[in-house]
Amino acid sequence: MSIYIPQDTTALALGADAVARALQAAGVEPVRNGSRGMFWLEPLLEVDTEDGRIGFGPVTNKDIPGILDALETDVSSHHLYLGQVESIDYLSSQQRLTYARAGLGDPVCLYNYQALNGFVGLSNALQMDGQQIVDQVKDSGLRGRGGAAFPAGIKWQTVLDCASEQKYIVCNADEGDSGTFADRLVMEADPYQLIEGMCIAGLAVGATQGYIYLRSEYPVAHRLLNIAIERAVAANFLGDNIQGSGKSFHLEVRLGAGAYICGEETSLLESLEGKRGMVRAKPPLPAIEGLFGKPTVVNNVLTLAAISTILEQGAEAYQNFGMGRSRGTLAIQLAGNIKRGGLIELAFGVTLREVVEDYGQGTHSGRPIRAIQVGGPLGAFLPESQWDTPMDYEAFAAIKAMIGHGGIVVFDDSADMAAQARFAMEFCVVESCGKCTPCRIGSVRGVEVIDRIVANENRDDNLILLHELCDTMELGSLCAMGGMTPFPVRSALTHFQEDFFAQDAAGASPGGK
Amino acid sequence: MEIGAQNTADISHLVTQYRAVPGGLLPLLHAIQAELGYVPDATVPAIATGLNLSRAEVHGVISFYHDFKTHPVGQHTVQICRAEACQSMGSRQLEAHAKALLGVDYHETTEDGAITLEPVYCLGNCACSPSVRINNDIYARVDAERFDDLMADISAPAGEPK
Repeated sequence: MSIYIPQDTTALALGADAVARALQAAGVEPVRNGSRGMFWLEPLLEVDTEDGRIGFGPVTNKDIPGILDALETDVSSHHLYLGQVESIDYLSSQQRLTYARAGLGDPVCLYNYQALNGFVGLSNALQMDGQQIVDQVKDSGLRGRGGAAFPAGIKWQTVLDCASEQKYIVCNADEGDSGTFADRLVMEADPYQLIEGMCIAGLAVGATQGYIYLRSEYPVAHRLLNIAIERAVAANFLGDNIQGSGKSFHLEVRLGAGAYICGEETSLLESLEGKRGMVRAKPPLPAIEGLFGKPTVVNNVLTLAAISTILEQGAEAYQNFGMGRSRGTLAIQLAGNIKRGGLIELAFGVTLREVVEDYGQGTHSGRPIRAIQVGGPLGAFLPESQWDTPMDYEAFAAIKAMIGHGGIVVFDDSADMAAQARFAMEFCVVESCGKCTPCRIGSVRGVEVIDRIVANENRDDNLILLHELCDTMELGSLCAMGGMTPFPVRSALTHFQEDFFAQDAAGASPGGK
Repeated sequence: MEIGAQNTADISHLVTQYRAVPGGLLPLLHAIQAELGYVPDATVPAIATGLNLSRAEVHGVISFYHDFKTHPVGQHTVQICRAEACQSMGSRQLEAHAKALLGVDYHETTEDGAITLEPVYCLGNCACSPSVRINNDIYARVDAERFDDLMADISAPAGEPK
């Protein structure tokens, strides 16, 4: 009888280590698996039984004696008993490709990965030439999952077509958007999938060196990735002459240093080169002149992880998921003030309302939902009238919003949207790389102007000024930092304008409701 | 200052280790900070010489990234997440509480040198906000009461971990 207790960041943050110690004290050595992504149930304890894999959650160390007793007698009598884990509606209704293995076993166990179809994609890729692999990626319709949604196959083709002795594969694992943890979950629950995807990318475009640029805020992912890479090298899935193919690919994790802007690909490349993370002007495209001036594929964790699935199951199988030009599955991350937060992998097209109401079941506080921010700190705040928008890149673009990296942050009716708009500008002050004046200085002025609007100083003039400032930032910034900070600001102004005037009533506190 | 001179000498093995690494400045700075707790100004000339950079370039990189500290920090670094998901669950109140409890603002260290308080923008634990990181451990659903418990735990002499 195997007992599982996860070792991912969220489970650890909720006391999974204490649960593991309690199990050990009772003479049970737990398997430290990854999380299933049902974070409201963490720490989720799972047990292999004759009736399948059952779960208890959320558990604390104090629950362990009772659970062990119940396992001997009647499991269903325990108040934390959840039944078969894979029958929980939250999980059973998902279409899991990237997260098919998440939570099943020890994430750094190579045998476990192979037993679950791991490295099948790599072994298929080893039979192909570069162009054949790139064609598979093109046919799959895969678009970059980092936020920009650029077709991955086109990017790869550009790198493949560049004649160069040295090319690079760079994985953008600088998942800085608030409300996102999909990359982290791949790296912590199924790191070999990313390693495999990067290796396939290397074979496809003729790159022999890869870097995972990981944010320093992810210490657990850092530790697990390093263990996984070491084991993959030892088993010759990385390194020279991979599986006797004569082909090579080397991989290294590089740690960021707390700069949000380094999630922007050119800034990330500067940082990898050991410089300040200043955004580069494009062109030249990184695909042509990227890391150290060489042709470079820069893809998000989820994009590279999806490569393993595409090469394992075929382009067509992947293509069959999704709608319109958004093919495959989307890793939705439900976060913030939500009752059932977690990772939800679905084909594109589900509406925001379905995600928040059916999966999330409303706010954690029990109060009504007021606003939903999709796509991180640069994404718009959406009022209820927009919650029926299907989650598809084009449908979101049509309402001046973005799916970005798929993060959803829910706010209840106590939220002060003027304060959130101010924070969007403040965040830009802290995190701007400083290259473009509209972003560097415009954000500082933006905070001041919002303060004046809230304080009712020349309000009408300052509202016009704020819109003009937003125009300047949108049009005059090289990257999305300055160019999209106005999105949350403008959406708050458009849909929640009353919050900007809330202080007018004598004695009212800012946003106090 | 003597400490500075000492630190310059101390990092030569690290400079040697990262000298030939492509783009090795960030890994080197992380290694120095892991060993000394911060990157003293006095180490800048040795880093610059070792990596064939100007001192201005090295200084520019150190000052760009929030992680790199140029002054000694407390025994423990406590980071409170300020990002949107945590705000939606009350992190603004938590940060006010933490500052009042510790008697410091962000980027400051408590008088006894035990705790440095820092903001952080997302720990990737957004489904169970608010989040706090203490050194390398992350804690979920931290309200004022839990924050008090965590602070009591790290100031306790040699308590049970977590």
